[in-house]
This record gives sequence, C-alpha cells and structure tokens, in this order.
Amino acid sequence: MIPYYYIASIALIALGFYIVIAKKNLIKIIIGLDMMDTGVNLLLISIGYVKGGTAPIENGNYPIYVDPIPQALVLTAIVIGVSVMALALSIAIGLYKNTGTVEIDEIRRLRE
Amino acid sequence: MKRAVAAILAILIFIVLGLAFAKIPFGNVNLEDYHYYNPIQDKQTSDSVPAHYLKEGKNETGSTNIVTAVVVDYRGFDTLGEVTVLFLASTGVGSVMYIFEKEKRRKVRRANAVVETASKLLFGFIILFGAYIFVHGHLTPGGGFPGGAVIASSFLLLYLAYPKFHAEHKSLNVAESLAGLTFVGVGLIGLLVASYFLYNFLPFGLPTYLFSAGVIPIIYVAVGVKVGSELTGIVDAMMGVRE
Amino acid sequence: MDLFMVVSLILIIAMLIAALVAAESRDLISAAIAMGVVSLIASILFYMLQAPDVAITEASIGAGLSLAIMIFAIKHTVRWEK
Repeated sequence: MIPYYYIASIALIALGFYIVIAKKNLIKIIIGLDMMDTGVNLLLISIGYVKGGTAPIENGNYPIYVDPIPQALVLTAIVIGVSVMALALSIAIGLYKNTGTVEIDEIRRLRE
Repeated sequence: MKRAVAAILAILIFIVLGLAFAKIPFGNVNLEDYHYYNPIQDKQTSDSVPAHYLKEGKNETGSTNIVTAVVVDYRGFDTLGEVTVLFLASTGVGSVMYIFEKEKRRKVRRANAVVETASKLLFGFIILFGAYIFVHGHLTPGGGFPGGAVIASSFLLLYLAYPKFHAEHKSLNVAESLAGLTFVGVGLIGLLVASYFLYNFLPFGLPTYLFSAGVIPIIYVAVGVKVGSELTGIVDAMMGVRE
Repeated sequence: MDLFMVVSLILIIAMLIAALVAAESRDLISAAIAMGVVSLIASILFYMLQAPDVAITEASIGAGLSLAIMIFAIKHTVRWEK
C-alpha cells in the first residue's frame, strides 16, 4: 500500500523549501518556513500511527493505542514554531521600517 | 533561472526524503512487538519505550492521558526548556517591536455595536474554556499549551473588537513570572524530597478524578498561564502602539 | 479503499492545493489565508491519526493566532509581492 500520508508531508516540506529558495519577499519566505514546520509535524504524527489504534488516553477496555511519544514532541513544537515565526516577522517589520522594502534584492542593493 | 534551480532542488529533496521514509511501514506496527537491538545488553529486546509508557504510565505517574504523562512527567525537564524558548522569543518580539513602533500612533476606526457587544459577552466564556482545557489536561485531550493558546485568542478577540484596548503589561509580567516560579519551585521541592528534579511527590489519588496524578495538574496550570500570557504579549507587540 | 483512506486522500489533495496557492499567490494576504487553510486541514488530519491533543493545539494556534500575527505583519509592511 502506498503511504500517502508520508507523500503528502514530504510534498509540503519540499514545497516550503522551494518557497524559501525561489522567492524574494521576506514574508513569503517566512510563510515557506511555516509550511515546512507543518509538514514535519504531520510526518512525525503519521509515523506514530497504528492501524486500529485509539488515542493514547487510558480507558480500560481497548487494548491498542497509537504511539504517544511523537504526539508529545509535536505538541510543544507547534507552540515553539508560532513564537519563532512571530520573532522572524517582527525582524522583517524592523527591516521594513529602516529600509522601506521587504524584497531581499533591493535590501542587498541598498548596501552598496 | 533561480526558480528552475529551486524547483530541481525541491524535487531532489522530495525524492531523497521519499526514499528515506519508504521502508517505514504506515500503520502496520504493533508497539508490543517492536524488536529493538539493545547495544548495552547486546541482544534484541521487545520492551520498547512507547509500549512501556502505555503499559506502566498510569501506575507510574497517575495520569490517564499518556501524552500528558510524557510531556510533564517523563520529559518534564524538556518542557521547562521549551517554555524558556517561548519566553525568549516573546521577549525578542517585544523588544524589536518596541523600538520601531514608539513614535507612530495610528487612528483606527471603531467596530460596530454587534461586534463590540458579542466580544464582550464571549470573552469570559473563551477564557473559561481555556482554563477548562488546561485544568483537565491529565484526564482529557488538551493541556497547558492548547489552553494557553485559547486564552491568547480570547485576548486577540478583544484587540480586534476594541481599537483602544491593550492588555496591562504589569499584570501579564506578574502572571508569567509567577507561573515560571511555580514550575521551577515544584521541581526544586521534588529535588529536596527525592533527590531528583520534578519528582512527583504528591499522592496520586484515584485515576480519572480531577485531584489525581500528583503534581501534574499544578505544573500544567502553570504552563497554561505562562503560555497564555506570553502569546498575549506577542499579540500585543504585533498590534503595535494604538491610540 | 476504506472510508479512512478516501477521506484522507480528499483532505490531502485539498491541503496540497491550498499549499500551492500559498506558494504562487502574489497577494500576501491571500497567501497567509491559504496557509491558515493548510493548518486547519492538517489539524483535521491529526485528529484522524488519533492525536486529539495535537489537533486542538494546531487548530487554535495554526489557524487562529498564526494567521492573525501574519496579517498584522503584512499590515505593517506591504501587501503585494513584487
């Protein structure tokens, strides 16, 4: 069977990488980083999935559970991701207030 | 030119990662039957880490939700580090935005009466829901991180509805510092009682009751208040100075 | 082809379309909203993969706070990508 969840999350990672390399707008680059973040989280959770399992909350009469460790890692990674994204956006805003643009080509030209 | 190179690189990354993950089965694993090679004992063992957590988690921590047991008890020190990263990012956003937003004061139009009244009514209920999520973190899905995010989104609602609203920085600071002190203080009491950090020193009680699982609810309430005040601080800084 | 697989495939295709919109749109606000759609569908997928804790977190942060912060940042800078 084709593991379609892996393919979807790896496609998100690759698309985010494409945005980071190809685009020249700082806010677009930060959107790409956020997309890579979502892809990695989805990949970790789908590795921990067990077919026929239920959520890892003890209920006494159902013996199969999914893997709890990736869920615990991703739970904190999401919150860290949004705060780091806010820090990157505030630095981009600061750059805009100083130089008047967020296109990295023009910022590089201003230096010369 | 640059776009073509980037597209080729992205396709390469797609193929390489796809080949790397192709051997991992999706969903067809049985956590009890994992056979790991244990290099210390030099043999295949069947007691994997997730199977141990699922089998013994309720007895060792008293928490019904195994994810909460892993986040707060087994890897509690890691959670302290994550909360510190969050604090540093929040401080960074505040300082960067303060420098660039000090002189500028924008005029914002008032929202209409329906939005103002509805948000005033909903605000308390959303905060109550967030508190419910983090108080019951050891029994039901949820916990300090989503509860804090829900509380921050209730403040976001007020910021959007009232142009002149801004949260009291002093009370945000007090809430955040008290929550951090509670986390570290509970850990230090564990260090005094049983000689390791974040030891679960309170009695576990009966599982599935609200007052159970020892120190886990206390730490998760602290994490919820801390995450809520830090994310509110980030929203406050990103909205800028308003008149 | 069971129900789980059909629903997953529909959601995954919708998520990848939203990701393509976020990648190629010149309007940064619509790119940010497409990113919010990606987060929302990812939270539904987390719920289908039996991770309710992660689903709650992703729905409130990825689709709520993250989108709001990004739109504030776009309001402080320029809206259109050159």
